[in-house]
Amino acid sequence: MSVLDVKDVSIRYKTGDFKDIGLKDFVIKKITGKYKVREFWADRHVTFKLEKGDMLGIIGTNGAGKSTLLKAISGIMIPTEGSIHREGNIAALLELASGFDPELNIKENTFLRGALLGYTRQFMNDTYKDIIDFADLWEFEDRPFRQLSSGMKSRLAFSIASMVKPEILILDEVLSVGDGAFKVKSENKMREIIAGGATTLFVSHSIEQVQSLCNKILWLHKGEQVAFGSNVAQICETYQRFLNKEISIHDVNPNICLKPQ
Amino acid sequence: MSKKSDIETIKDKILKNKFSFEELVSRDFKTKYKGTVLGMGWSMLQPLLLLIIMRLVFTQFFGRTMSHYTTYLFCGNIIFSYFNESTTQGMQALRANAHIFTKVNVPKYLFLLSKNVQTLINFGLTLIIFFIMCFIDNITFTWKFFLLIIPIVFLLIFNLGVGMILSALYVFFRDMSYLWRVLLQLIMYMSAIFYDVSNYANPKIFYLNPVYVFIQYFRRIVIYGEIPGIIHHGLMIFYSVTAILIGCFMYKKFNHKFLYYV
Repeated sequence: MSVLDVKDVSIRYKTGDFKDIGLKDFVIKKITGKYKVREFWADRHVTFKLEKGDMLGIIGTNGAGKSTLLKAISGIMIPTEGSIHREGNIAALLELASGFDPELNIKENTFLRGALLGYTRQFMNDTYKDIIDFADLWEFEDRPFRQLSSGMKSRLAFSIASMVKPEILILDEVLSVGDGAFKVKSENKMREIIAGGATTLFVSHSIEQVQSLCNKILWLHKGEQVAFGSNVAQICETYQRFLNKEISIHDVNPNICLKPQ
Repeated sequence: MSKKSDIETIKDKILKNKFSFEELVSRDFKTKYKGTVLGMGWSMLQPLLLLIIMRLVFTQFFGRTMSHYTTYLFCGNIIFSYFNESTTQGMQALRANAHIFTKVNVPKYLFLLSKNVQTLINFGLTLIIFFIMCFIDNITFTWKFFLLIIPIVFLLIFNLGVGMILSALYVFFRDMSYLWRVLLQLIMYMSAIFYDVSNYANPKIFYLNPVYVFIQYFRRIVIYGEIPGIIHHGLMIFYSVTAILIGCFMYKKFNHKFLYYV
């Protein structure tokens, strides 16, 4: 049984006039027929399976539907079509540094975040020291959060998420945070998590990072699934050539794609 | 999946949400009283000051013919203030926490519940002041005072329901906050907080206002020492259950739609 089974998932995303308009605007636009809601497929027919211990790298240019897909996998959104089956608990880290409360201090924020990620109080009491150790934030412990730099916030967020042993870990552009030293530290931590048997999904714009960490790759382009497979080097190379504009998306040889039938 | 593991996942879910809930409540408390000297003392001082003002202003107009006018005023005041605070703050519950529920999969009603824990505790503190004032106003304390727990429980349910409805609407329309402010004024004047309804041709019409139903329950027990009848209870239950059902329905229906609007 796969840990994560994503079957023909399509997600329709809505955007348009309904956002941030008042009642008056809404009524006027409705009457004059100017009320527009644009719907588009953020993801279309995405299909892949992950086994225990897999590390999936999700690549693609901006607007490829990576974050939307992760939101669906973590249960924040529901797919318009298709199904997602997950085994075990999920820890999702989406857009790291946001979601903290600026008025609370580090300790309070750590516990709040931990609780929301589904950890128990017992677990947080036990690992709080390790989290702050790892993030190296002892000297700022009592500061309100708004006084911290964005690097520090991301470090803390990563530390909290990585302390747990979830069956599925979702990381959205996490490893690009922090300074050089922390980057090395977090990559090592990632390897440790993979070795521990967790299934991990992560989005990155660094092809090197994906290539060195992942054993499977999912390439999305404007919502469409271009490729999925364990031939990491091959897909990354093609993606790099696409980025360099040596080939267009239509030239991508479907053979690099090892879609499960 | 076996039965046993099913039960275990439910148990896990409750435990998990319990921790989130406690942390949210503690956050709401910390951020609310941050930077104030008196902290929670304000919860007790504010209704008392309001009462003194109203007492000074309205006694000449309405207080002459009424016995226990102070208690009469205070009953209306604390109930309306609780309703006011709970719904106004509850309305913000979703929008203010959008940065969390768009990133973490967490039950959305937790935010509203945690706000309501805070307003309920505030209300509890004002109740202490209320009973002290009753004592000063020479009110006879009877066993019937214990029945006050009934309107309190239903008021809590009613506030939760209205808070759910408002917070959902507020996600879609920002105008709600202004609209609600006006509606609250209307509800306040229709709650007979400082005047006597017996001057009206048809005083029963006031029962169309749910807040008045709760206020009147308090007055009948505290001032007149009588237990409200079946119809009074029925109305109270009807208002509370309707509000919470509509609220739950909206949360369920829009659960995955809120995301697009924030």
